[in-house]
Amino acid sequence: MILLPCAWCGPRDASEFQHVGEVVARPDPAAASPAQWRGYLYLRANPCGWTTETWYHRMGCRRYIRVERHTETNEVRAVHPAGVSDT
Amino acid sequence: MLASTNGHRQQARRAAYPARYSAFGLLRRGLTHTDWPPAWRAHPLKGSYDVVIVGGGVHGLAAAYYLAANHGITDVAVLDKGYMGSGGSGRNTAILRSNYLTPEGVRFYDRSIQLYRRLAADLDFNVMFSQRGHLTLAHSDSSLRTMRWRAEVNKAQGVDSDVIGPAEIKRLAPFLDVGAGARYPVLGALWHPPGGIIRHDAVVWGYARGADALGVHIHQNTEVTGIDVAGGRVRGVRTSRGDIATPIVLNATAGWSTLISDMAGVPMPIQTFPLQAAVTEPVKPFLSTVIVSGTLHVYISQTDRGELVFGASVDPFTSYSMRGSLEFIEGLAGHVLELMPALVKVRVLRQWAGLCDMTPDFSPVMGHTTVEGFLVDAGWGTYGFKAGPVSGEAMARCIATGQVPEIIAAFSLERFASGALVGEKGAAAVGH
Repeated sequence: MILLPCAWCGPRDASEFQHVGEVVARPDPAAASPAQWRGYLYLRANPCGWTTETWYHRMGCRRYIRVERHTETNEVRAVHPAGVSDT
Repeated sequence: MLASTNGHRQQARRAAYPARYSAFGLLRRGLTHTDWPPAWRAHPLKGSYDVVIVGGGVHGLAAAYYLAANHGITDVAVLDKGYMGSGGSGRNTAILRSNYLTPEGVRFYDRSIQLYRRLAADLDFNVMFSQRGHLTLAHSDSSLRTMRWRAEVNKAQGVDSDVIGPAEIKRLAPFLDVGAGARYPVLGALWHPPGGIIRHDAVVWGYARGADALGVHIHQNTEVTGIDVAGGRVRGVRTSRGDIATPIVLNATAGWSTLISDMAGVPMPIQTFPLQAAVTEPVKPFLSTVIVSGTLHVYISQTDRGELVFGASVDPFTSYSMRGSLEFIEGLAGHVLELMPALVKVRVLRQWAGLCDMTPDFSPVMGHTTVEGFLVDAGWGTYGFKAGPVSGEAMARCIATGQVPEIIAAFSLERFASGALVGEKGAAAVGH
């Protein structure tokens, strides 16, 4: 079982959350090239190691948190709230 | 060298190594107590190869085999950081089928089934392919509609698929609960007679043995640590056992494929998810088809030993971890019992996980990349094993001729720029 430290609810089982995924910066719609949009839509780093990602506490406070997780060991290192606009 | 596409059978026979498997050989070795030679040899790592294939699973080994057998290119190395078949090739649930949703997908997977059908004879290796038929259950009107759609696309491509009702399903799988009182009633199913199961380890070992006999070097426990690119083209591969100069590298590493592509500077639209599976204690034969339920995220088949093999959809978050979880096996058991209540006392022996390299459209990424000489055969998600032979054949042709074969043209990395995606979510995955 993986426990994710929700900023509002404390440590909760990962099954309560929805994995939103890696934090990817949204390009400026007015200035972005098609290649930039493609990268934002499809390309992810997919590292085997530490990654920063967003989780949604679907069955809890229904807010977003940001977590650092090791993708091979599933160890969770740090957490802080993420604004909805960041997802 | 024989040039014909299917000339590899005669060629493999001519090879001095290894000894041919035959009933007479079995008798002779039994009487004289002589051991079989290893199925393939170990070689020192050479300083250069014409082609380096990263990943010793069914895709990498099939590509090596067809390079040697169909195109006469034998200066090939297959590298794997573990043993042959240690990744997805030894972790899948060994189901073969071609009842996909898009014409491109159906044609492609059907070619694979055709190659699988004669693989045992081609490789002189019993791969235990059992074409027992494949049932995809529909529990709702919308999934029944998708089944009809798939059946019509399949028929148009000459693939045997049809939609059948609960009475016919009950006849094919008597232990299935098709009663109207079920929580998820079975409304119908997509019946696909050419589908079935195979022994996945035997496919890996057969290709490895066949490739080795034609001169391919198989290097186990050889981890790729870097790829040298200069002037926009591949120059070599760095490994844990030394450096190799090569003009061509094929990335066939499935769940780890973005890590290898990153070394060459080729970003790919792939994320790695674990997929868990489980097997029960052996019971008497009672299930003669493969049963799949997309709604319940489960597929069930019975092996020749009598064990029931259960597979599922991918885990709900990305990871490279291959550990099983209790919540998975609890959920899976509930779904299996929903379909077959009679299994309530059957015990699960073990569970495991493999890695799936998921693409946004549930179709693979195959062919050339922006780096000359660096080819990919990746994005195999939850459907890579069944595509092993056709992928190997197509990638071998791609490497030998420099041209992309028509059968994989739709799966280029370019499609994510052009927008011509090949949407197979409705047919490739159970988690939809």
